[in-house]
Amino acid sequence: MAGKEEENKKFSIWDLPDVPMGQLPPHLELQRSRVFCNRDAPIHTESVQYSGAYASMGVDNSLRLDHFCNNFRVEVVRLTEEDMEFDMIGIDAAIANAFRRILIAELPTIAIEKVLIANNTSIVQDEVLAHRLGLVPIGVDPRLFEYISENDQPNEKNTIVFKLHVRCERGSPRITVKSDELKWLPKGSELVKESRNATSDSSSKPETYTSFSCSQETMPELAKNPIAPKYPDIIIAKLGPGQEIELEAHAVKGMGKTHAKWSPVATAWYRMLPEVVLLEEVEDDLAEELKVKCPVNVFDIEDLGKGKKRATVARPRACTLCRECIRGEEWEQRIALRRVKDHFIFTIESTGALPPEVLFTEAVKILEDKCERVISELS
Amino acid sequence: MEHGSFTDNSAATFSLTEEDHTLANAVRFTLNQDPRVTFSGYCIPHPSHARVNIRVQTTGEPAREILKDACQDLMLMCRNVRSSFDKAVEDFKASNSVKAMNIDSQDGDSEESE
Repeated sequence: MAGKEEENKKFSIWDLPDVPMGQLPPHLELQRSRVFCNRDAPIHTESVQYSGAYASMGVDNSLRLDHFCNNFRVEVVRLTEEDMEFDMIGIDAAIANAFRRILIAELPTIAIEKVLIANNTSIVQDEVLAHRLGLVPIGVDPRLFEYISENDQPNEKNTIVFKLHVRCERGSPRITVKSDELKWLPKGSELVKESRNATSDSSSKPETYTSFSCSQETMPELAKNPIAPKYPDIIIAKLGPGQEIELEAHAVKGMGKTHAKWSPVATAWYRMLPEVVLLEEVEDDLAEELKVKCPVNVFDIEDLGKGKKRATVARPRACTLCRECIRGEEWEQRIALRRVKDHFIFTIESTGALPPEVLFTEAVKILEDKCERVISELS
Repeated sequence: MEHGSFTDNSAATFSLTEEDHTLANAVRFTLNQDPRVTFSGYCIPHPSHARVNIRVQTTGEPAREILKDACQDLMLMCRNVRSSFDKAVEDFKASNSVKAMNIDSQDGDSEESE
C-alpha cells in the first residue's frame, strides 16, 4: 500500500529525460516560429507575443533587448541604384510592417503640385495635364527643402519651379511632349502677376508668383546636380500641328499620405522566408513528378546510383507558395510548406529621388521620431 | 491623452492623435513583450479620424511608465536596426567593389597572357 501511494505522488515533466530544461519542446518551437501553409489554409499565423505565453513551461517569452540585439541580422542580397533586396532576421511582423507603411506613405518627396497654365491648345485637358505632371518623379533630395503651408510665400527654400513650352508648327508631323521638356527655373517663376496697384513703381521688378531671394543654383548640392525629372522619356502629352502648351509648374514637398505622387517608392514589400521540408523520402517516379510540378524549380533530383533517384529541396527561397506540390492525393504527407515567422525578405524599389538604402534608413528614423513624440507627450 | 486611470493608475487607455496602425501595432507588440503587462491592445475608433486608443493593464505599476518604457525599447530596437542595416550595406558595397576589381584584374591577366 505504501508503494502505491508513492507511485501516485505528483511527478513533474521535468523529470522526464527528453524534455530540455528552459526550452520549448520541438513541436511547440515549430508552432511558435513557423507558419504551416496547408492545402486549405495557413495555420499558426499569429506571432506569439504575450510575454507569459509559455510561463507554465518555465520559458520566458519576453523581449529582452540584449537578446534582440544579439539575434538581429541584416543581409543584403541585391543593391542597385533603383532597387534593393535584403533579409531582416530576428524581427517581428509588426515592426517590419511599420517600416513598409512608412516607406510608402510617410517619407517626404518633392512632386509638382501647382500648375499655372498660360496656354493649352492641345487635346489634353488642363486638369489631366496637371495630374500627369504631378506624377512625374523629380530627381532631387527632398531633405534639402522645407514644407510649405497655406499662408507661406513660395520661396527658394520650399518650391521648385519648372517651365514647359512646346509648340507644334503647322505642316510638321505630330510631336510627343516628353518629360525632358520640363526645364528647371532656378531663379523662380517668370509669370508676372497682374498688379492692380496703379501707383506701383514701374522701375521695380514685376511681381511673379514666387518670391525667390536668391537663385537656387547657389545651393552647393544643386549647383553640381541640376534638378530635372528623373526619367527623360515619360510621355506627358501629344501635340498636333498648330497646338501649343505653355505652362509653369511649382513642385513642393509632401508625403504619400496626402497623395500617391509624393510616395518615394514605386513600391516596397516583404515576404517571409519559405521553408520546404520533405517529410518522407520521395524516390524515382515520384521524384520526377515532383520536380516537374514546381513552376519555379524548387526541387532537384539527386542520383543515388543503381538507377535510384531522390528528390531534394534545392531553392526553397524561390518558392511562391503556389501549393502545386501538395495539390494531388497524399502529397501533403510528403511535403511540408512552411514560412519562418521572423525572417523577412524586403524589396524596395525607389522612383529615383533617393537611393533605396537611404530610404530605409530615413524610414527607421521616422519611426524613432514617432516614438519620441509619444514619449514627450506622455511626460 | 490618458483616460480611465483616475482611481487606479495601473490600467489606462491612451488616446493618440495623428497616429495609425504604423506606430500603434509596433507599440502594442513591445508592450505585450513586457512581463509587467497583463493586457495590451489598440483600436482605431473611426478610420476617417487619425486617432488611436492604446489600452494597457499592468501588474500594479503605473501604466504611463510602462508605455514610456515600451516606446523607449522600440526606439532602441530601431537604432539597432539602423546600425545593423548600415553595416550590412557597407559590407555589401565593399565586397561588391572587391569582386568588380578582381574581375577587372582577371581580364587584364588573361589579355596579358595571350
